[in-house]
Amino acid sequence: MTSFDADLSGFLEKNRDDTTTLELMVRGARCAACLSKIEKTVAALPNVAASRFNLSTGKLTVRFDSARGDPAGVMRTVEDLGYVVGFYDPGAVRDEHDREGRRLILALGVAGFGAANAMMFTVPVWAGLFGQEMLPATRTVLYWFAAIVATPCTLYAGTPFFTSAWRSLRRGRANMDVPITIGVLLTLAISYYETFRGGAHAYFDAAVTLVFLLLIGRYLDHTLRARARGAASDLLALQTPVARRLDARGVERGVPVAKVAVGDLLAVASGERIPVDGRIETGVSTLDNALISGETLPVSVEPGAFVYAGALNLGGRLAVRAQACAEDSTLAEIGRLMEAGAQSKSAYVRLADRAAAIYVPTVHTVAALTFGLGWALGLGPHEALMRAAAVLIITCPCALGLAVPAVQVTASGRLFRAGVLVKSGAALERMAKIDHVVFDKTGVLTQGRPRLIDRPSDLLLCKAAPLARASRHPLARGLADAAGSGPVAQDAVETPGQGVEGVVDGRRARLGRACFVGVASEQPAETEFWFGFAGETKVRFRFADTVRADAAKTMDRLRAMGLGVEVLSGDVASAVAAVAGEAGIEHWRAGLTPLEKAQAVADLQDAGKRVLMVGDGLNDAAALAGADASMAPGAAIQASQNAADLVFEGEGLAAVPLAIEVARAARRRAQENFAFSALYNLVAAPMAVFGLVNPFVAAIAMSGSSLIVTLNALRMNLAGRAS
Amino acid sequence: MSVLLFLAPTSIFLGLIGLVAFFWTVKNGQYEDPDGDAARILNDHERDGPE
Repeated sequence: MTSFDADLSGFLEKNRDDTTTLELMVRGARCAACLSKIEKTVAALPNVAASRFNLSTGKLTVRFDSARGDPAGVMRTVEDLGYVVGFYDPGAVRDEHDREGRRLILALGVAGFGAANAMMFTVPVWAGLFGQEMLPATRTVLYWFAAIVATPCTLYAGTPFFTSAWRSLRRGRANMDVPITIGVLLTLAISYYETFRGGAHAYFDAAVTLVFLLLIGRYLDHTLRARARGAASDLLALQTPVARRLDARGVERGVPVAKVAVGDLLAVASGERIPVDGRIETGVSTLDNALISGETLPVSVEPGAFVYAGALNLGGRLAVRAQACAEDSTLAEIGRLMEAGAQSKSAYVRLADRAAAIYVPTVHTVAALTFGLGWALGLGPHEALMRAAAVLIITCPCALGLAVPAVQVTASGRLFRAGVLVKSGAALERMAKIDHVVFDKTGVLTQGRPRLIDRPSDLLLCKAAPLARASRHPLARGLADAAGSGPVAQDAVETPGQGVEGVVDGRRARLGRACFVGVASEQPAETEFWFGFAGETKVRFRFADTVRADAAKTMDRLRAMGLGVEVLSGDVASAVAAVAGEAGIEHWRAGLTPLEKAQAVADLQDAGKRVLMVGDGLNDAAALAGADASMAPGAAIQASQNAADLVFEGEGLAAVPLAIEVARAARRRAQENFAFSALYNLVAAPMAVFGLVNPFVAAIAMSGSSLIVTLNALRMNLAGRAS
Repeated sequence: MSVLLFLAPTSIFLGLIGLVAFFWTVKNGQYEDPDGDAARILNDHERDGPE
């Protein structure tokens, strides 16, 4: 939980008029009552001019009417209402993404307007009224009206496809947007030519409808990525919110971690994580490096020692001189390995692009043959050209453009409801081909935080709990978790890194390390706490990182799905063996460095396996980036969440088999959709070759195929509800 | 036939009004918080619209 006791004025954004704005992220609000409760309570605080809560994104915007806003007060208030609160990620990436989404909505609106209004003029043509009540001259007038509406709309709304096609062509590749662009522009050109001649084969409505349908697919794809990215950065915002910067006079000031500069002096209290890589200036302590190296045994540090971001301070207060800022606060070597891994991933060719690689040359060859053979066999150049164009238009990959995005959006929506965030559609495709799963131990197979495993008695646990609740030490938290909710000790005083003293049941008591409580322990362990009333016998509580409750069940399920399972850990062999045994995993390796982990994953890949890596620590980041697909729990450090394709929340591991199952189902749906599109083209292309296509057939065929592909994708949702 | 020359531009113009209104709603941020807007309608004493 975030601590709100530091001065957090560094989080306030100054506005042009003397006011300031604070952006917070609030989780747990779901209904109209929550929304009104949050807004009204916050607006009633002193100095607050206005508060606005966005229920869709969870962003709470608070405007203060002076430069002296009180962020900590607002955060405490929201938390007291029962919500989880953190600082909103001010990342420019999200804004960029918002702009792209807005641009797509506008394009979609324009295309929709164009399609509806162009059809208004072409419906009489479809209805076959010509030759009866209306004459060809009227038809030409209607076509001109359709042209006036459809041309600007198509050109504006089609820009996303045109630019993407141009980028792809410049790199010497043809993606799906190349035939789309050719098809759309050719349709417009042919339609103008026909209208000039007073002919019947104008397809203005088809061109703009095509763009409209394709934009739906593009927009679905965009919302998928935007939602996953937003949710992932929200998780991180909750995790490492504040760094306490010390100024020259030694005054603490809370600043966003992203704003820490190299050379800043930072205070790290007991129970907090080191915000960025740095060197210890003053203070002696023990650090829990589980997130960085996977080791569960704490290490002692003293002034001069280098400490990594993400290490948990178990002992006394430290002053750390920042050596790196937040973005590059990782080992240089791990960073380099991650980059290499990310490159190998971008070499993965997406399903849609592979389909495009077959589709583009085939269709263009058929069109060329239609023109060449048609002319040679005596159709005349004009009729041959019209038929070739009809081939390109009717086979334009409307359904292909929707085939994959529609499936991936429904699949990731299903996973999202189960607490799994999918970062990209490509990740789902890679996930579907996995045949081997590699787990990290600490924080993945285990809870990643100490839990009480050995207590003297329930009565003594209840006596010690009030003291534990007053402390932020991880062991005290573990004790408080085991005891459940209850009173907090009065006048509790914490000695950082040592323990807590306070009044319980009217008597003074101490909870903490052996020496603090007054026990001459033969070998003081970092995983135990002692407790006792003044002048009485002291008792011991022991803690350990326990295996997740559903680990063994999850492994059985993965094996039943035909997947290999393995543990790669940086911890000592005995600890790994115990956890692997409890989870029922035969293959495990211990004592691996980050480099060796990445190498072990690469070796598995060389042996022909497709590897899913599940890890949370800095030592896993390189392996996560190098694996075919990767997952990280929501509590993982930033580097790992960035490297992972999927991030899952919650206490259990059930998300892993679920994600693989959904990814496999999504792959089947996508393949069905491709099969359908191929079938459609097999029927439609010959019709175009033999001159059987008219504007009405073209419109029905294209919209119909898109509809079927979308409905097939939605079947994924039905399957999810049934199970 | 000649009535088309009047009716067709009129209908395009009406459609354009709708399109301009749509642009305005996007620029005005009315699609930023669909869940919130659905919820707000249930709350009493709601004064201001989207910012």
